[in-house]
Amino acid sequence: MESLNEIISKCEDLSFDLNFTRAKEWKSQDQSRVLVGYMPIYFPREIIHAANGLAIGIMGGGDKKLIVKGDAYYQSYICHMPRGIIELALDNHFEGFDGFIFPSICDVIRNLSGMFKLLNKGKFVKYLDYPQNFKSHIGGTFYIQEMEHVLAEVKKINNVEITPERLNHSISLFNKNRKLTEEIYSIRDAAPWKITAADVYHIVRAGLVIPVEEHNEILEKVISLLNQESGEPLDKIRVLVIGAFCEQPPVGLIRAIELAGCYIVEDDFLLGTRWIQGDIPTDSNDPFRALSHSYLNNSTFSSSVYDVDNPKEARLLKLASERKVDGIIFAAPSFCDPALLDHPILQQACIENNMRYISFLYSENTGQFKVIKEQVGTFSDSIKLWD
Amino acid sequence: MSKDIAKEKSMIIQKEMISRLFKDLSTAKETGKKVVYTFVPGNISELILSFGMLPVYPEINALQSGMRKKSADFIRDAEKIGHSEDVCTYVKCDVGMMINGNIGPNGEKIPEPDLFLLSYTGCFTFMKWFETLKRLYPDVPVALLHTPYQENHKVTPEMTAYMVKQLKEEVIPKMEKVSGNKYDEEKLKACLRNSSKVEDYIMKIFDTTKNVPSPIDAYFAGVYYIGPINNGFRGSDEAVNYYHELYNEILERVNLGLGPITPEGVMEKERFRLVVEGPPNWTHFREFWKLFYDMGAVIVASSYTKVGGVYDMGFRVNPEKPLESLAEYCMNCYTNLNLEQRVELLSKCITDYKADGFLVNSIKSCNSFSAGQLMIMQQLERQLEIPVGFIESDLVDPRYFSYSNIKNRLESFFQMLDQRKMY
Repeated sequence: MESLNEIISKCEDLSFDLNFTRAKEWKSQDQSRVLVGYMPIYFPREIIHAANGLAIGIMGGGDKKLIVKGDAYYQSYICHMPRGIIELALDNHFEGFDGFIFPSICDVIRNLSGMFKLLNKGKFVKYLDYPQNFKSHIGGTFYIQEMEHVLAEVKKINNVEITPERLNHSISLFNKNRKLTEEIYSIRDAAPWKITAADVYHIVRAGLVIPVEEHNEILEKVISLLNQESGEPLDKIRVLVIGAFCEQPPVGLIRAIELAGCYIVEDDFLLGTRWIQGDIPTDSNDPFRALSHSYLNNSTFSSSVYDVDNPKEARLLKLASERKVDGIIFAAPSFCDPALLDHPILQQACIENNMRYISFLYSENTGQFKVIKEQVGTFSDSIKLWD
Repeated sequence: MSKDIAKEKSMIIQKEMISRLFKDLSTAKETGKKVVYTFVPGNISELILSFGMLPVYPEINALQSGMRKKSADFIRDAEKIGHSEDVCTYVKCDVGMMINGNIGPNGEKIPEPDLFLLSYTGCFTFMKWFETLKRLYPDVPVALLHTPYQENHKVTPEMTAYMVKQLKEEVIPKMEKVSGNKYDEEKLKACLRNSSKVEDYIMKIFDTTKNVPSPIDAYFAGVYYIGPINNGFRGSDEAVNYYHELYNEILERVNLGLGPITPEGVMEKERFRLVVEGPPNWTHFREFWKLFYDMGAVIVASSYTKVGGVYDMGFRVNPEKPLESLAEYCMNCYTNLNLEQRVELLSKCITDYKADGFLVNSIKSCNSFSAGQLMIMQQLERQLEIPVGFIESDLVDPRYFSYSNIKNRLESFFQMLDQRKMY
């Protein structure tokens, strides 16, 4: 059996393989297979799986891709991630991808969908408009139609017809994936010294670029190995990191936070993988309705979702309390309107509820962490010293 | 440049209309009129008017604060309470104004909202904006109208049905509750009949730039022309009257062969005809405009004047299908068009209005416009072989208006246009 380090190392390679080698290899084994890239945050990967496809999370170039052409497409005051994605597209990293999904999370991702259309990338480009109305017969119906549009595009390519049985089977695989991912987070919650946040990040991120069946196997092995670990606790504070749901922080930043005296026991990195809370029913005659119902009623909170009837500050504080955190770190990408416009609301709630917090900005290719490390270190020390 | 500018009748009418609206707003609490905060793109003011309520447009307050040099302080105050330097300055200006007593740009107190009508057409920040305001006014209900994006180049029956359901089950019931009045479809139809006439006038007005010289500036003066329809008068008799008068005045200018009116009089020699993409800067509006008219540049079309509705492709509201029409109107606003549609529309403007050049004023605050602008520019340059220019500023944050940078870039751009004309 592979060791934990070997698995983590493999996941790290997969996570940052910007050529998506494993996914392309998977596609090459069967002519009816399709590859569909999707941008953050959430996409119901189940529907692509059921259509004999693989949905691949595109999280930008991070600090692994030098931006040369991308800067000619974006002004300096627009976040970094889309220029990385354009760079990848122009350098043909997505060759072999059949389609691209742009979930409706902000104006930048929305307009990036138009740029992909103008660049004629893939056989289809779909802006997936998530409903902001949460009634089943209004927003729910609209969401089902949106999913059907995606599948109509896939069907044009591989002529695969989705049946309820196929979709229910796919849902069960992703239910398992979410459950296993949550289990790893629970292990971190109970004993964060067993595995670093950066390692968890790699393990989860690998699942965005490989078949779910393979990822489930990896997660099961990791859990089994973690259950055998005991590890040595260190004197660190427990923190929740929020704001990083779209443009991902460089792994160096995640490491810097932990090296500066924190255990990250909750975060919104790769939020889409944990978006649906709990299982989606797998015995429905209408699995699209089941997916839609879960989206409307069992989604996590996020800056991209209209929240007035379910305030996000209350949900954040509840999560912080469940994870017993000592403080919250607001880490958002520069120029991210949704995250940054939420900060005053969330931070005010922290103040009113005596929750300590700090805040800083990053971009996916930030390379210097000294200042952030000092800031986080001071935050951690102040909590350790004065509590 | 002639220095004598007499106020035209339409200007006087508009001034009276706006001041009457602000007067109504300032006395709303005494008169019992309910106040609805909403946004310009996809503003379904006809529905608000049909319930006898008054609209307030936060982004209009913000831009007017910018023009009256009040926005810098408001933005600073919003940043003091945690708003990032990186985000939309309209939001910060509005928040700053509210935490300072909600005194509007004209010095009158703006009444507090009775309803937030969150119709967030083409801009996610609108949603975040009202989430923020909801925290300032926790007891005020929010009616959300989600407008699907024209991602696939068209409005589908499903998109319209989704919006109509929201209107029927979310927006109208909340308006009935807040106003105390029942939904009256006949009243709404009457308002829409007015809107349809106004939409026709607006298109005819902006089409007059086909003339050489152009009788109007479709960007700097254009923002005044779209004022009434975007600021509370969609669907009103007054709007029909105003646009009728304005159109006649412009026709008279066409007959006399006159160029556009500027703050310093009539522009006498038209040297360059431009199409501009992006909103203007409001904090230095006059200086910004002057950079153009001093060089004899007239804007013959602009995307910004289509932010509250695009009528170039034939869309008009249909009073006989009132709710469907409101839905389709929302989906047809400029920032709800996908990039391919924007390129097509701008290309049509450049061709129809015989533009010499295309200019982007890229706004730091506004991703809805700015993200993708460089690609729009590349596409137009490639397709039409037209000279393109690029400048940067902001909506209402004066820290991002650099006069000399903009002037340098514009001078180079005009030089390029000049050289082009020589060959």
